[in-house]
Amino acid sequence: MGLVQYITSRVGAYLLVLFIGITITFFLPRMMPSDPIEGYIAQLQSQAGQTLSPEALESLRNSLRELYGLKGSLLTQYFSYIKRVFLTFDFGPSLTAYPKPVSETILTALPWTVGLLMTTTLLSWIIGNLVGLIAGFFHNRRGATVLEVLGVVLYPIPYYILALVLILLFAYVWPIFPLSTTILPGPLTLEKIGNILYNSFLPGLTLVLAGFGWNILGMKSLAYSTKEEAYVTFARLKGVPPRAIMTSYVFRNALLPQVTALALSIGTIFSGALLTEVLFSYPGLGLLVRTAVGNGDYNMLYGTITISIIAVATAALAIDLLYPLLDPRIRYR
Amino acid sequence: MNSNLRLKIGLAILTVFTIGSLLLPFFNTVDPSQQGKYLKNLPMSSAHLLGTNSLGQDTFWFLVFAIRNSLLLGVAVSLCSTIISVLVGLSAGYIGGWYDRVVMLITDSFITIPILPILIVLGALVRGSTSFFSIGLILVVFSWAWNSRTIRSIALSVREREFINMARFSGMSTLGIILKEVFPYVYAYTVVGFINSILFVINTEAALAVIGLSNVRVPTLGSIIFWALNYNALFIGQFTWVVAPVVATVLLFLGLFLTSTGYNELFALRRGRV
Repeated sequence: MGLVQYITSRVGAYLLVLFIGITITFFLPRMMPSDPIEGYIAQLQSQAGQTLSPEALESLRNSLRELYGLKGSLLTQYFSYIKRVFLTFDFGPSLTAYPKPVSETILTALPWTVGLLMTTTLLSWIIGNLVGLIAGFFHNRRGATVLEVLGVVLYPIPYYILALVLILLFAYVWPIFPLSTTILPGPLTLEKIGNILYNSFLPGLTLVLAGFGWNILGMKSLAYSTKEEAYVTFARLKGVPPRAIMTSYVFRNALLPQVTALALSIGTIFSGALLTEVLFSYPGLGLLVRTAVGNGDYNMLYGTITISIIAVATAALAIDLLYPLLDPRIRYR
Repeated sequence: MNSNLRLKIGLAILTVFTIGSLLLPFFNTVDPSQQGKYLKNLPMSSAHLLGTNSLGQDTFWFLVFAIRNSLLLGVAVSLCSTIISVLVGLSAGYIGGWYDRVVMLITDSFITIPILPILIVLGALVRGSTSFFSIGLILVVFSWAWNSRTIRSIALSVREREFINMARFSGMSTLGIILKEVFPYVYAYTVVGFINSILFVINTEAALAVIGLSNVRVPTLGSIIFWALNYNALFIGQFTWVVAPVVATVLLFLGLFLTSTGYNELFALRRGRV
């Protein structure tokens, strides 16, 4: 009974996140004073040396409105937008690589972002939590203080600063890694995999380090407070070996809030990853967004942003749905 | 690390940054964002403490104004968002029931939605012509959620205490109970949340500026890096142009973070003793 209730509430929250996110991305830009179509037409006009006739401009305006999905009242636009996103997964053609559909370009960029994010988030979460556990469990040793200071220093440093520092250190001062990403073309051979790993190292390290501080500090305070619980004291008095107390008494319980926290912070992590990709020219969604902004390719921009919101919400839902596996209280409530 | 020590280090850093960035501009008569004011790419000297950049601006003064603007934006936005989060968190935690569930669902959605992509869309549409004020306004919309979640959970535990029943039975209004009886308990966290969201706001604006989507003509901790990257400061050996804002950002953020956690732990200790 408890499990069913849990799952329905999570799925409900998921749908609400999607709804709010997509509604915001739809309405906020339309409340802005500037009109992308007029901007684009002005750009075409200046390229054509003001030679376009008013009739040609009018037909251009109409076909652009249709292409952008800007025809009709705000409400009809909204419903057709929702329908396109959820039913046909269609974001229209790209305006710079016309008529290639936007969804095609997004699907080639998506695996890069997902791959980079999943690997780094997992690594950072696992290592960070283990370090935090040790720092919290042995909180009165000197080594624990060192680990904690590491967490405190890493925690507030923003993604773009970490990326810049790593670029500065490992691409300029000691140039062992490439400044920006260049992936070999061609099929997936062993050499190409090596190339991908080599190029992904610095962006990956940025993301791992950025998540570290947060994981260490979160786990440290949880482990520290769990250690003071009565059942841990009882286990200690009963003679349970310290290692077992640390892993199956303290860690097992301190882990649960960290899982919830991970689900909640996926959005922040994703935003950081977008920025990191831009700074390293990594071929994922972040770079796609950056080039779309630069080219004024609005279909591409909306498509990428919408996919981002769906991806983040789905990842958070996946973590939430895995949670009952770790927490038996939800299964047997 | 001792929480007292944290608080001291954090406050020391913040004091230096605040006083420095608020007082120093009075000694400068030149608008630091004006381009071509000095010779380009001058090295560090007594006239230009951090040299000049490829736009003919004095790097030191640009940085001072950047820190001031970022701090002012952070404090102003954080003030508004903290007020919202206190109102939302307290009311949800105290009133409970359906109201709480609906409000928390919305709050969680705002936490989960990735903010940067949405800001990028907005930044792309208004391209550079964004006023600093409207960026602040947008940041208010997206920065209240985390704090109201925490404040709600504190309010939730306070609600069960005996003195709340006492207040209710003696005929106090809901608003009165929330403000006079519950608020004192979340006050300490409100300070912590306030500092945390200053950090968040400065960081988000800077992140937008670094990719050129904030108003990059206004000196902020992000726009200075945007210009440095745009003019390939590292390639032409202009290290101070990049390193100075990086060091300033790290120090400022460390100061904010140490103050907030130091204060939080110190307050928790004091609460435990009473």
